Amino acid sequence: MSAPNKSFDPVEVSTLAPEYLAERVSEAIAAITAAQSLDELKEVRLAHTGDRSPLALANREIGALPPAAKAEAGKRMGEARGSVNQALAARTADLEVARDAALLLEEAVDVTTVSSTPLQGGRHPLTTIQEQISDVFIALGYSVAEGPEVESEWFNFDALNIAPDHPARTMQDTFFIGSENSGLVLRTHTSPVQIRSMLTRTPPIYVICPGRVFRTDELDATHSPVFHQVEALVIDKGITMADLKGTLNHFAQAMFGAGIVTRLRPSYFPFTEPSAEVDLQCFVCRGNSIDNPAEPCRTCRSEGWIEWGGCGMVNPKVLIACGIDPDEYSGFAFGMGLERTLMFRHGITDMRDMVEGDVRFTRAFGLGI
Amino acid sequence: MKVPVSWLREFVDIPAELTGRDVAALLLGVGFEVESVDTVGDVSGALVVGRVASFEELEGLKKPIRFCQVEVGAAHGHEDTPGIRGIICGARNFAQGDLVVVALPGTTLPGDFTIATRKTYGRISDGMMCSGREIGISDEQDGIIILPEGSATPGDDAFPILGLGDEVLDIAVTPDRGYAMSIRGMAREVAIARGIEFVDPGTHLAVLPEASGSAAQAASDDQSACDLLVLRTLSNFDPTAQSPDYIKSRLAAVGVRSISLAVDVTNYVMFELGQPLHAFDADKVTGTIRARRAIDGEKLETLDHVERVLTSDDLVIADDKQALSLAGTMGGAFSEISDATTRVVLEAAHFDSVVIARQSRRHKLSSESSRRLERGVDRMLAPVASARAAELLIAHGGATYEGTTGVESGATETVIEFDPAKPGVVAGREYDPQIVRSTLLAVGCEIADASTPWKVRVPSWRPDLVLPIDLVEEVIRIDGYDKVPTSLPTAPAGHGLTAQQKLMRRIGVHLAGRGLSEVRNYPFVGVADFDALQLPANATRRHAVRLANALSDEQPLMRTTLLPGLLGALGRNVSRGFGDSAIYEIASVSLLAPEQSATGVTNPPRPAVSARPSAQQLLELEALLPDQPQYVAVALTGARVSIVPGDKSVPVTWRDAIEVALTLAAEIGVTLNVSAADVAPWHPGRCAQLAIGNDVIGYAGELAPRVLENLGLPKRTVALELDLTELMHAANVVPTAPRVWTFPVAKEDIALVVPINVAASQVMEAVRVGAGELLEDIRLFDVYEGAQVPEGYKSLAFALRFRAADRTLSADEVAASRQAGVDSAAKACGAVLR
Repeated sequence: MSAPNKSFDPVEVSTLAPEYLAERVSEAIAAITAAQSLDELKEVRLAHTGDRSPLALANREIGALPPAAKAEAGKRMGEARGSVNQALAARTADLEVARDAALLLEEAVDVTTVSSTPLQGGRHPLTTIQEQISDVFIALGYSVAEGPEVESEWFNFDALNIAPDHPARTMQDTFFIGSENSGLVLRTHTSPVQIRSMLTRTPPIYVICPGRVFRTDELDATHSPVFHQVEALVIDKGITMADLKGTLNHFAQAMFGAGIVTRLRPSYFPFTEPSAEVDLQCFVCRGNSIDNPAEPCRTCRSEGWIEWGGCGMVNPKVLIACGIDPDEYSGFAFGMGLERTLMFRHGITDMRDMVEGDVRFTRAFGLGI
Repeated sequence: MKVPVSWLREFVDIPAELTGRDVAALLLGVGFEVESVDTVGDVSGALVVGRVASFEELEGLKKPIRFCQVEVGAAHGHEDTPGIRGIICGARNFAQGDLVVVALPGTTLPGDFTIATRKTYGRISDGMMCSGREIGISDEQDGIIILPEGSATPGDDAFPILGLGDEVLDIAVTPDRGYAMSIRGMAREVAIARGIEFVDPGTHLAVLPEASGSAAQAASDDQSACDLLVLRTLSNFDPTAQSPDYIKSRLAAVGVRSISLAVDVTNYVMFELGQPLHAFDADKVTGTIRARRAIDGEKLETLDHVERVLTSDDLVIADDKQALSLAGTMGGAFSEISDATTRVVLEAAHFDSVVIARQSRRHKLSSESSRRLERGVDRMLAPVASARAAELLIAHGGATYEGTTGVESGATETVIEFDPAKPGVVAGREYDPQIVRSTLLAVGCEIADASTPWKVRVPSWRPDLVLPIDLVEEVIRIDGYDKVPTSLPTAPAGHGLTAQQKLMRRIGVHLAGRGLSEVRNYPFVGVADFDALQLPANATRRHAVRLANALSDEQPLMRTTLLPGLLGALGRNVSRGFGDSAIYEIASVSLLAPEQSATGVTNPPRPAVSARPSAQQLLELEALLPDQPQYVAVALTGARVSIVPGDKSVPVTWRDAIEVALTLAAEIGVTLNVSAADVAPWHPGRCAQLAIGNDVIGYAGELAPRVLENLGLPKRTVALELDLTELMHAANVVPTAPRVWTFPVAKEDIALVVPINVAASQVMEAVRVGAGELLEDIRLFDVYEGAQVPEGYKSLAFALRFRAADRTLSADEVAASRQAGVDSAAKACGAVLR
């Protein structure tokens, strides 16, 4: 305390005089306004609000005032300090904004220096199209069935009504194991999975079987000795050819868009009767390229239809070989080549791209198609 | 099967305005795919018949040249010489009065060669007299075409005479439709497609002259293999007689070379009616002509001049002395028709299709004849076809009909009991019984429909129609598949993918998400592939399934490991400029048990298909197969992919291969035990064995330098291979949720010095066991060998995290747990705290 506690008029204490305080506040605000950085402002704050600042020193005098004068002096002092602190806060906020803006400017980068190559690899479209097709049928309540690639001839031929000397056996150029009499082949189609399904499941049977198959073709732009098929089999009471057509149309639409339909042409397969080839309505031109040279279609070669696969009603002989009563149950089956489907769906022009394992090819398809 | 439209028109009414494409569309509708429609002879413009009125031999030239005055009809003559054109010709095979073929100026011949009026050899040549080669109908170039005297009049259009402009359909005939491999069969299908009456040429015998002599005798020693044999004998045949042009041009159109009249006629009738025929030189035949089985070791020189050694499974046509031909497959050289043959025996027979199919395959001899017989030939056709051939030989070869003999065993006919409602049941709609009836009649069936079921007798040319369902197909097919409605059957509620199928997808997504690209290689490998991987001579992976007819002699085996194909694909990527490559494959391998043979068994079980096989039979079938588990393999080379410019590239190491395996297993809830191994093709010091418990499921690490050199791959390339089927069996598909404790964590690092040959995993496990349940996590973060630790030792630095479920740990508790871990490592591995 700089003065005894006696009855003084505060105005007698010169440092508490309103004029004096007003001058100190003006000085402080002028300094605050003049500060150009947060560091300068820190010094200004110390000088004008610190312990040794004129206002702080003046404040000390209040304690020595008589009680009657303390209130008024305190009020005056509070207003003075309030003005300074307000100015300080405002200036601090301004300078922080300016500093942040400068910092952000300084931290700017060239955002185009990033790589466009994803770190992830890719899954082969032959894998992911199998999944996509399976999902279409899973949604209909089907199961996905599987079978071995080295297969017994009985499953691959005999049980499918392809008798040992049937020309259909030579029609499919078969890889035999060991000799032509070993009873073992590389499966020539996914149809043996039909037989396995019928032998291990009880009707009603609704299965889809994607898988790798083999025929003795040399690799070229449109053939491969190893390729993939997907096959569907339905065995239930009262299954008709109308069911076959409806299911094919549903499948076509799920894969190629609303409104796409299929068409059946009579054909022959030993394991189905009646049998048919399945054509897919061209999903690119939808038939508009037929007889329309102005707008040719590369996908269907302006024919409006794309050969897609084979199908038919399961031959009663096949049901009998699997112990299913053809008087009680009937069924349909269809199958198509996946390489072919990928080729026209994704514009792949050379079978070899699917075989050689070039990472550029796989990556283009990402994790799923 | 190639079908000239003009030939079809002889047997079925096809309106003139219908083109080959229209006929193709008709056939497509009833199930015959027409692969192409071609036009015979690429000639445009006018070809007319001419008569050589006179010619003048031009003198003093290097080669003889004639200047001819050719009558070409009133409409085609030169304006100055009505009905006549002057033509220069270098050929010499014609005489005054011969009928020739003239291309008029403006006509374009094959090869885009347009005829013009031009001055040559000092004369104006006003057209061209053509050879067969020049107009593209034959290879004949030793002279111009001379048409038979009286066959045409000068000025006639030569196109139809030569078969030019005829359209030829190339039709894919499915193997069940033997009868359709003939003009007769296709004509019936066109009639069915057009809904018109069909007059079948296969059911009417040609009228032959009275038999005038002695016919060769026929016999069949094996009636099950040959139930019908017809012989017709002809004499006084003119061996120099030429086949008429229509036969030549039609044979050319179906792709058969003209040989001689007798041979051409047998071929012509085969294409026309579908019955294979054979002509023997009767003077070479001794005694009876019979169908019999060959004797084992019997020899026969066939027409292709190959001496074939026969077996007792082969069927031959023989005389009393020797085999004359391989029945229904190929004729023999000895009794071949020659240019001196004047007596001909025509053989037409019905053979068992399986017998012919087998011997055709056994002798690798597929002929037009065997292709028809193995698909089934009309049982009633032989006498008709042989009469038709005799008729042609009499007409064109001046032959005399000697007589006919034959043997036949009773024909069986197929009668199907048929419910006319059945087509509707199968198609999912109703068919008017009248439509069903008329359709079956058009197919050739005879129907007794007084009561249901109908009794339907199928025609002899449709041996493929056996069951009611076969008739159902005929009805739906001919009515049109487009008239079958659509519906979607309702499957019972499904369960979606199996757990294994879901895992398979997850694993693929996981690997691709790690930066690996999937490849799908062929499963074929060879011994050289195993050698390149340095597999030991006795490695079980060398015991592989062997193909009988591999595409490549180098790769006749089925893979037992994915690595050969995968590393091949990796090499392709590297050589295409992708030195930093990361790829994977998921596929099955074929693993033989030691007792299974690489070439299968010799007498496999073949259960009958007349009923479901017994459980025992199914087990026997399964026992034939190799085990075919799914494997996954990964190969990495070069640097890990970095996307930050300026980042130092980090080369992949053995560590990456192992980590891919561990994280893959962790993805599906499996912990793999890692331990050192020495297994080809890996580097013996950088190979990890990966196990679930004690069951080894694969290996990972750096490939051996020698292997990489063998394969031409970059140094330090790494790989892993796992039995995915085993891994998925161990998967934890319903993981239990961990409790997530929220009390503060306490972190401690320790460095333990251990002998250099102690595995880090062993030390870590010891610390874990010792530290007890308060140790939440332990991670190896540094391995040090060098001056700071004694020679032969290494320092392993571990980061430990401690946490309790129910309280904040005190410093004493953490210290005690840490010390217990250190003590445990000291005891188990001789570890000393550094």
